[in-house]
Amino acid sequence: MNSAADPEGRRTAPAQPWSRFFLPVIAVLAFLLLWECYARLVNPGPTVLPPLSQVVAAGWGDRINLASSLWPTVVEVGVGFAVSVTLAFLLSLVIQLIPSVRRAVLPLLIGSQTVPLVVLAPLFVVWFGFGLLPKVLLIALVTFFPIVVALLDGYASADRESVTVLQTMGANRWQEYRLLRLPGALPALFTGIRISITYAVVAAVFAEYAGAERGLGVYLQGASKSFRTDLVLAGVLVSAVITVVLFVVVTAVERACLPWHAGVKAVTP
Amino acid sequence: MTAVEAAPNAGARGITVEHLSKTFGSLAVLDDVSLQVRRGEFVSILGPSGCGKSTLFSLLTGVHDPDSGRCFIDGEPLAPSRRPFAWMPQRDALLPWRTVSGNVALGAEVAQGMRRRHARAATAHLLQDFGISEFADSLPHEISGGMRQRVALARTIAQNRNIALLDEPFGALDALTRTDLQLWLESMWRTERWSVLLITHDVREAVLLSDRIYVLSDRPARVVGEFSVDLPRPRTIDLLAAPKVAALEVELLHALGGTRSD
Ligand SMILES: Nc1ncnc2c1ncn2[C@@H]1O[C@H](COP(=O)(O)OP(=O)(O)OP(=O)(O)O)[C@@H](O)[C@H]1O
Ligand SMILES: [Mg+2]
Repeated sequence: MNSAADPEGRRTAPAQPWSRFFLPVIAVLAFLLLWECYARLVNPGPTVLPPLSQVVAAGWGDRINLASSLWPTVVEVGVGFAVSVTLAFLLSLVIQLIPSVRRAVLPLLIGSQTVPLVVLAPLFVVWFGFGLLPKVLLIALVTFFPIVVALLDGYASADRESVTVLQTMGANRWQEYRLLRLPGALPALFTGIRISITYAVVAAVFAEYAGAERGLGVYLQGASKSFRTDLVLAGVLVSAVITVVLFVVVTAVERACLPWHAGVKAVTP
Repeated sequence: MTAVEAAPNAGARGITVEHLSKTFGSLAVLDDVSLQVRRGEFVSILGPSGCGKSTLFSLLTGVHDPDSGRCFIDGEPLAPSRRPFAWMPQRDALLPWRTVSGNVALGAEVAQGMRRRHARAATAHLLQDFGISEFADSLPHEISGGMRQRVALARTIAQNRNIALLDEPFGALDALTRTDLQLWLESMWRTERWSVLLITHDVREAVLLSDRIYVLSDRPARVVGEFSVDLPRPRTIDLLAAPKVAALEVELLHALGGTRSD
């Protein structure tokens, strides 16, 4: 790091392991501890709020079922998210290169976000059945919008002078996009992905709830119907862990793909 | 070394700027600025800090639109699709995700339509000339301000255009490197015969490099003087000891100082 000599740079540059790692872990542990203590001291009953230890034990005991329910959900999230990112990217590309499309499509896009999932999920089952397709569509619908918006914002945030430098070089619209706007929008894209990936698991569970043969949603539904609150909470814990894992993976990919961005951030706080 | 009466002519070859005015909100920045750079001429704009020099370039390049006035290149008006010059902005505008060599190659890649690999090979000698080949694979945020400036200048040269607009290209360099690169630029200009418009607030730099010098007033910038520099080329640092250089520098300082309103 050349910036290490610069005291300004050094102050902001280090990725401090203490705050980056231990703080969130401590916060999570504190929350879990609170849960355990509350459930044991107040004792609201096993169908209302069983203690954490009981939930973990129940989940572990049912781990075969839980794992086999988890897998379809993970597949749905993976496929749905891939579809979502691809579509979002293509749409943002068209909007960026053909400005009149922006005006035409944006109201539709925003409108798509106001449809309540509770209504849509069962409808998707009616339209597309119990297979993978309705889940993928629902996940895409939920996660698509933040990604498109992030990309469009990223394109628009390109440095004015850099744009002009390219234009005086004779760059056409496509070159301007490929050489400047797209790479400049990647940090924003990753921000959009990080936001929307936290919705992806929820959307998948929701879609499964509305109608599926297997999956975490089905598992939760079953546990809930038989008043096994411990298993419901175990399922919820698992989906939370999955979401956190996805979030961390995205962040790691971002670091690996955009070394320049971490560097720029470190130098200019 | 006499003050010349300028008569800008839209039909001339080179850069012609006619009666350019610009205000930002209530802040008048340029006031009826006219100037000309003939084909193959090296012209400097000398003005106090903050007077509106960079703003003049922003009007030529199309970052901003003028309130009034016109600009011509080779007798034809500037248009958004026609800005046939290599511009080096004061803030280097390097692409943060491209390495030093990638940023320099960008000039050849876009302006000359080369393939990326070809552009890199074709601009490798510029990295050498500018003393930045050691940092060829570094990202812009990893190198010093002076290095960045050299990368930006190399990128501008790599475009191989006939007209160059250079906005304080040596401002962040130490005296030795600055003189080296000034002389490098002068020799490059002699062989390539670009038309160069250079912004500076360094009197010595203007004298060392230019055929002619325009002096601008404090904001709002007006042209308060035009000087020709009849020194032999190639220019060398020894020339700086010549009495007429000293005389011209004093004249320029007076022109600059006379612009203070106190
Ligand atoms: N986009 C803008 N909006 C508002 N004011 C601006 C803008 N650009 C420049 N100015 C103002 O115009 C004035 C001239 O700025 P400019 O950058 O042209 O000065 P300069 O002569 O290049 O100065 P320096 O020698 O320090 O580079 C400054 O007072 C600045 O605040
Ligand atoms: Mg300036």
